[in-house]
Amino acid sequence: MSYQDPTRLDSGITTGTAQSVAAPNSLLNINGVTLQYKTPEHLVTATYRVTFDIHTGDRFVLLGPSGCGKSTLLKSIAGFMPPVEGDIELKGRKVKRPGPDRAMVFQEFDQLLPWKTVRENVAFPLKVNGVSKDEADQRAMQMIEKVNLTKFLDVYPHMLSGGMKQRVAIARAMAMRPDVLLMDEPYAALDALTRRKMQDELLSLWEDLRFTLVFVTHSIEEAVLIGTRILVLSPHPGQVRAEINTHQFDSRNADSPEFAATCARIRGMLFGDAETAH
Amino acid sequence: MAQNTATADNFDTVIRAEYERTDIGDAKLEDVQRKLPLSETLWNSSAFRKTLILLALAIIWQIYGVWLDNPMIFPTLTDTLGALWANIVNGTIPTRLIATLKVLVVGYVIGVILATIFTTIAVSSRIGTDLLSTLTAMFNPLPAIALLPLALLWFGLGTPSLVFVIVNSVLWAVALNMHTGFLTVSDTMRMAGQTFGLRGMRYVVQLLIPAAFPAILAGLKIGWAFAWRTLIAAELVFGVSSGQGGLGWFIFENRNLLDTPAVFAGLLTVMSVGLFVEGVIFRFIENRTVRKWGMQRG
Repeated sequence: MSYQDPTRLDSGITTGTAQSVAAPNSLLNINGVTLQYKTPEHLVTATYRVTFDIHTGDRFVLLGPSGCGKSTLLKSIAGFMPPVEGDIELKGRKVKRPGPDRAMVFQEFDQLLPWKTVRENVAFPLKVNGVSKDEADQRAMQMIEKVNLTKFLDVYPHMLSGGMKQRVAIARAMAMRPDVLLMDEPYAALDALTRRKMQDELLSLWEDLRFTLVFVTHSIEEAVLIGTRILVLSPHPGQVRAEINTHQFDSRNADSPEFAATCARIRGMLFGDAETAH
Repeated sequence: MAQNTATADNFDTVIRAEYERTDIGDAKLEDVQRKLPLSETLWNSSAFRKTLILLALAIIWQIYGVWLDNPMIFPTLTDTLGALWANIVNGTIPTRLIATLKVLVVGYVIGVILATIFTTIAVSSRIGTDLLSTLTAMFNPLPAIALLPLALLWFGLGTPSLVFVIVNSVLWAVALNMHTGFLTVSDTMRMAGQTFGLRGMRYVVQLLIPAAFPAILAGLKIGWAFAWRTLIAAELVFGVSSGQGGLGWFIFENRNLLDTPAVFAGLLTVMSVGLFVEGVIFRFIENRTVRKWGMQRG
């Protein structure tokens, strides 16, 4: 396996000045992060000296095949896993443990609390963090309205479909008004039609609220559609392969040849790599 | 050869016409949903089926009792109900029942509180987990009633001995189930709770306990059944405490008087209380919690 310096492969739209040191709108800095975890028999290195910056308002996608450590990286940003080397800084402060400033949406549907209704689920983290009951309920209502679930306010999660559960999870995360929204393959367990609808909804929610998003996926199409910038990771261990700008794509031009060309280019990076490695 | 075997290239692909319907939605709605006949609806109700079984058992009991014609060995259903009624009206069974339930509630509540403390210690450290699993492995197989002689020695004849034995019957069963319940809470739910900033006791109370509630409820039910059985048995052994025995003592007393219908009436009361707690109280809690939350079916 050959080790290369991380190269910035900017698309023609912006000139390649993205790696300016400590840009003013830089929100989340991942500096030379190496992550390791233990299985009963092995010490596994999930990522090796990964460096990248996320700016305010980015829809930043971590993309890579399974085994590239992208989910582990996201969990580390969330504060569940301290890096063995390097550090993660949010607004210049080191991330040490999970907290409400980094809301997370998981792939699994059981992230919702089954003993709480939709409204209670969304309001719960706010109440935990000392927001008054009235304000928490009001903020919950607003977010539930934004994800079009007002009709299901007092329904328990087990009565919702998978897509609806993910919408509640997004509403719950956004109601916390986090600095960054972390999403770990949130649509991987949905059927293709629902997934597409959810992707569009996420984009229009972003148009509305302009939050910062870190999104993990292994689907190249999803990455290009959702992301404004994509970090491509190579597997075993995860290392930065490229960073690509994709802010010019959304659901309106998802059928365009440029979209397909970008997907093909990323596919080349991922699979070209795999062919030379084996 | 090749002409005899049906391979794909033997067939000409026939291009069939496409079509698109615009008239769907005209289906007659009464065909989509139809009411089941009454007999089937009744048979689908488990309460109805169980009532039938109870009726059948009552009839068999009555026939056997009449046929045997020996009320001292096996009284008829009507004799038993008569004795039950008489003892309820003269206040004997109600006072005995209340005496028993008082002891039970005290023991049960103490047992559940201790189980919660033990389990909280167990989930917060590895040595705590080992402590709980060792203790439950030791005490869970031990019938709590076996501790009664010791309890009598320590606490003397009376309520404290009974409470000690009940606490022992409840504590280990509930702690074991509660701990298992905590272990089955998914990583996703734990992580979700942590991203909200839940920590320490709030994490246990607001996340782990409700998430593990199906297992905890199962533990509470088992604990209840153990406690009830143990208490009746303990009362049979030494009965009178502070001049007024419980239901077990009522059964023992009437056996000594050879009043078999009253013995049966006592047993029937023990069963009825068991059924009531299972079928009404726990059922009510289940309906309000795990069933409503979709964590348990049926």
